[in-house]
Amino acid sequence: MSSTPLALQSATARISEQTGWQISTRTISLLTAASLLLAWWAVTYFGLIDPLFLPAPAAVAEKGWLLATTGYMDSTLWEHLGSSLQRIGIALALAIVTAIPVGIAIGRNRIARGIFDPLIEFYRPIPPLAYLPLIVIWCGIGEFSKVLLIYLAIFAPIAIATATGVRTVDPARLRAAQSLGATRSQLIRHVILPSALPDILTGVRIGLGVGWSTLVAAELIAATRGLGFMVQSAAQFLVTDVVVLGILIIAVVAFALELGLRALQRKLVPWHGQGH
Amino acid sequence: MAYLELDHVSAHYPGAAVPVLQDISLRLGPNQLTVALGPSGSGKTSLLNLIAGFVSPSAGRISLDSQPVQGPGADRGVVFQDDVLLPWQNVQQNIAFGLELAGISRPAREARAQELLRLVGLAEFGERRVWELSGGQKQRVGLARALAADPRVLLMDEPFGALDAFTREQMQALLLNVWKRTAKPVFLITHDIEEAVFLATELLLLAPNPGRIVERLSLEFGRRFAEGESARTIKSDPVFIETREYVLSRVFSQQNTLEEAL
Repeated sequence: MSSTPLALQSATARISEQTGWQISTRTISLLTAASLLLAWWAVTYFGLIDPLFLPAPAAVAEKGWLLATTGYMDSTLWEHLGSSLQRIGIALALAIVTAIPVGIAIGRNRIARGIFDPLIEFYRPIPPLAYLPLIVIWCGIGEFSKVLLIYLAIFAPIAIATATGVRTVDPARLRAAQSLGATRSQLIRHVILPSALPDILTGVRIGLGVGWSTLVAAELIAATRGLGFMVQSAAQFLVTDVVVLGILIIAVVAFALELGLRALQRKLVPWHGQGH
Repeated sequence: MAYLELDHVSAHYPGAAVPVLQDISLRLGPNQLTVALGPSGSGKTSLLNLIAGFVSPSAGRISLDSQPVQGPGADRGVVFQDDVLLPWQNVQQNIAFGLELAGISRPAREARAQELLRLVGLAEFGERRVWELSGGQKQRVGLARALAADPRVLLMDEPFGALDAFTREQMQALLLNVWKRTAKPVFLITHDIEEAVFLATELLLLAPNPGRIVERLSLEFGRRFAEGESARTIKSDPVFIETREYVLSRVFSQQNTLEEAL
């Protein structure tokens, strides 16, 4: 019982030893970002690049304030952001409630694997933008088409990750639960699903990344509101500061989603990477 | 009255010509600690899997209190070689897992888990995460979990095989104490000869190709330990040493994969 705290102590000692004489990776990353920002500021400040191609950081920030208060193309920045987030939120929710059961079925059942595996493997490698025109023909250019496109993009990674997680559950763990009297449904609910949770969350992370890029691309083509639409319509009028701002916001949102999911993963599956 | 009976049981792997186990008959009753000892390939794991209900016999009958055994069930508690605890539950929840599956109320589950934690010497560990435990502690939790639903028999699949020698001796002592206190029939498989001789009240020697019982010994050492004699006195007793050497020679003479037995 005393071995664990001892091991922890020596591990932390080693880590602090390392950081004692070298700067942390995070500091390096922050310095890189700061240098880029400085370079951006310098080239615009000294007039090396025409503001039409690259507006100054201050101009972009100012435009950001303007967008947040008065808006662009009949909607404020928040409304653009909100409709993008709403689309991905609905698509993600639908994908989670459908892809996880399908993934469990693929992982547990030979017939379900025979049905779904080829279907998913067939459409997964196709870039969603390649079948967007077909979706538009079938379902029009309304909200439904965009949500459907994102849904399809998120569905495959979650279903595949779930199936992998379900298939790799330790058979001894299943036997142990059975010998404690678990029924088939209890096995899925109490053993298989929590065991596969780390893989499922990884699938959600990948799916959300794919979904976000698909969303922005879909809005470039057919939308009247949303971050992708904002960037696209600004580009048509050469309003470069809005374009730059839109790209930055898209990147920040993607980064925030990733960080949020990593935090969720740490909270929900703290045993991951602990020898289990 | 025997709790668990195997009546001329055989088992085959699908497609294999030689049976994994051939014509096994045995009885497990209260206050018995039956140990199956044999080299790998002698079918001792298959024997445990048959009793646990993880696999079905190809011939013969297995019954528990005269009822045929069909599939795994909570009436036969199993302790596995590797810990198969659920990492998303703490120690106490793991122990009470079988009770949770059976729909027992939370206060009753917690009381029972606490009782078992005391039995296996982990009274203060209920709130711990399972990955914080040492190998020996995990096996204690595994034992407590198998006992929680008050099974008719306790099955143990090389439970101490992955532990260091010191922890293993502690666990053997713990097992004998628990066995004495609960009076449950225990069926344990091992490839450690000293462990087998020390624990068993009935020792089954298994041989491979096909897996079968070649000798049955009735021993007293485990019982003597449970009555209070010290492990060192027993293990240095000439009778113990003689028995151990005899079993060793028997194991050597009837199999060719020696490394496993050593």
